[in-house]
Amino acid sequence: MEGNTIEVDIKVPNKTRYLSLIGKIGEDIARELERYSGDKEVLAYHLNLVLTEAMVNAIKHAGPKEPEKLVRIVITLHMDDLTIRVYDDGQGFDINSIPAPNFEELEDRGRGIFLIRTLMDSVCYRKNCKENILEMKKKLS
Amino acid sequence: MNLASETRKDVVILYVKEERLDAHNSTELKSAVQKLFEDGKKNVLVDLKDVRFIDSSGLGALVSGFKNAISHQGNLKLSSLQSQVKSMFELTRLHRVFEIFPSTVEAIENFQS
Repeated sequence: MEGNTIEVDIKVPNKTRYLSLIGKIGEDIARELERYSGDKEVLAYHLNLVLTEAMVNAIKHAGPKEPEKLVRIVITLHMDDLTIRVYDDGQGFDINSIPAPNFEELEDRGRGIFLIRTLMDSVCYRKNCKENILEMKKKLS
Repeated sequence: MNLASETRKDVVILYVKEERLDAHNSTELKSAVQKLFEDGKKNVLVDLKDVRFIDSSGLGALVSGFKNAISHQGNLKLSSLQSQVKSMFELTRLHRVFEIFPSTVEAIENFQS
């Protein structure tokens, strides 16, 4: 992938059937990286996963159910810096209040944010006046 | 979700015939496993040979199945995990919870032992 910056800005209906589509975009970006020295297939899986988990999170926190609701995802790659932002217009949540999973307890849920935090360098969730933004960053080198 | 099943030596093998096991389809797997135990099956093997990608919801569905097995005095084991899928079990420490086998044959032998 040449040039200094690429940006993918996509909106999809807030339905889980689009998870695969969004995940594949992350995989394709990973496979096209020219300068990445690590295993591109592992990175492809990880980007697929964080995009999938983030979109599920956005679907969960989306506003009142309306079929035309969209999830917006912006993927920016500038040099080696990858930033993924996922926008939702729901109530939002305090990401810092979500504990790491208790590995001794067998819970069905609660691993999504843990996986994002584990696979990305930084994760934050913030609000602007009209929506919430889950922002995830990773240095790809 | 595309699921296939067969019974070998009193073990119900559930083949997940999907490339992805994620929030879109994992509820169906959860329900299918739950129904097997409710119907009185004791030994269930979930084969993930075709699954290239699993997310936290997919892992959660399998955890749910594992707990269902325990509550019905049954067993749920896994087979044929692709390497990246297996690494998700390791990342979430679930490889310590599940018995995972390279193939259905080895898993079934283990059920008999």
